[in-house]
Amino acid sequence: MNQGFSIPKFQLPGFVARIGEKLPQWPHAVALTTALNAAVKLKLLPEDSLAAMEGKTFVVQVYDTGGQAAFTYRGGFFRPLFNPAGSPDLAFRANLSAFLQVATRQEDPDTLFFNRELSIEGDTELGLVVKNMLDAIDLTQLKLSLPQLPRLPINLPFSQR
Amino acid sequence: MDRSSLPDLVCPAGSLPALKAAVDNGADAVYLGYKNDTNARNFAGLNFDPKAMADGVRYAHGKGCEVLMAINTFPQPGRTADWRAAVDGAVELGVDAIILADVGLLDYARNRHPQQRLHLSVQGSATSYEAINFAHREFGVQRAVLPRVLTLAQVEHVIRNTPVEIEVFGFGSLCVMNEGRCWLSSYATGESPNTVGACSPAKYVKWDKTPAAPGRPGQMETRLNGILIDRFADDEPAGYPTLCKGRFEVQGETYYALEEPTSLNVLEILPEIIKIGVKAIKVEGRQRSPAYVTQVTRTLRAALDALANDSERFHVKPTWQAELAKVSEGNQATLGAYNRPWR
Repeated sequence: MNQGFSIPKFQLPGFVARIGEKLPQWPHAVALTTALNAAVKLKLLPEDSLAAMEGKTFVVQVYDTGGQAAFTYRGGFFRPLFNPAGSPDLAFRANLSAFLQVATRQEDPDTLFFNRELSIEGDTELGLVVKNMLDAIDLTQLKLSLPQLPRLPINLPFSQR
Repeated sequence: MDRSSLPDLVCPAGSLPALKAAVDNGADAVYLGYKNDTNARNFAGLNFDPKAMADGVRYAHGKGCEVLMAINTFPQPGRTADWRAAVDGAVELGVDAIILADVGLLDYARNRHPQQRLHLSVQGSATSYEAINFAHREFGVQRAVLPRVLTLAQVEHVIRNTPVEIEVFGFGSLCVMNEGRCWLSSYATGESPNTVGACSPAKYVKWDKTPAAPGRPGQMETRLNGILIDRFADDEPAGYPTLCKGRFEVQGETYYALEEPTSLNVLEILPEIIKIGVKAIKVEGRQRSPAYVTQVTRTLRAALDALANDSERFHVKPTWQAELAKVSEGNQATLGAYNRPWR
């Protein structure tokens, strides 16, 4: 999956976070919940895991971009939280490189956690549910489920056998 | 050395993607469990539902990889039927072996499914050839997974005195290694791998952080059911939240009173392990992600194949050690009990 390309550990310069913190945060939540809802629709997320997330609040914070997304899962949908109150049930915090390494399955979240590059706060069991749910997504199924791009209407004679 | 004389590489699968990662990176067998307390990695959200299980078995068998089903917890009072149903289900799925710990369940499996291959789980805690031969005689067990308490010489002694295949751990997080007999998790939470299928279950775990300087991880405290397990300084590597890996104050001194978080890594003694006749090498970590399974399986496969190609000139490559060190728990990897000078 990661052959030929790997995401290095990096940290964005401090000014990025200083600017990022001042920007509106809701687009992050909208983007993330849209992606998660697509995964729900494709039935990639196990029912029992989703049931455990019902009514819980989540924060995903990216330290070095200054961005954070707050959302909840309710009634079958992930929904952005525009004015999150109090501390969330679960928070994942890390630099962008760590999130990218986890998202591409280049690094194991436990490894990053042991190395203190990924922070998990709040309901530990819920954290495990989310981590294991994301691990269980079969990316090969995701590729099969995405709409196929139309084939080019060109028949190359030498490729026809 | 002929590749067929190598021990099997047995890799963990906590999810379908992890199973595929193991199969695709050179595992000879994968081990897995149901999404319930019939196996000792009953973690929230982990393991296989019936569909994923069927898909996994099909995928592994399609690529010539064996599937071993772990049903290695102990049936709880009044619920024996659940464990028996798990055994029946595994047989129906067509797994290559069932890994069991409980003698009652071994007896059930032997009588109900006499053709089914059975392995004795590490949770069965059989450390002597007498115990293993008993399981062979009474239940037809064909392989035993040894607890990580024996020296290499002791492992060899077991192998020489039993017809049962011997499987040993080759890589993964170490605990106090008193598998099947450990009471530490029960002491702190009332629950243990033997009873609920999880050591130090996550619902009892609390990670508390104190605010840090920007870009720094900050100080972190780990509590298990309220008991302070450890306090990690800014940037200090963390470990799993189990009692055995905690730092405690003993007579005025604070240190790892039971053991330091470490990982087992047998790369250095791989030639000896093969020489004494170990039949399979197991990788710990069904709770870990597909990324871990990929990295560890790939590395051990490369090492085993290097041995098969030229056992005389085998040496441990720094890249293998680096790959394994990266995914290790704690600061160090050890040979565990294998090279202990005392007995």
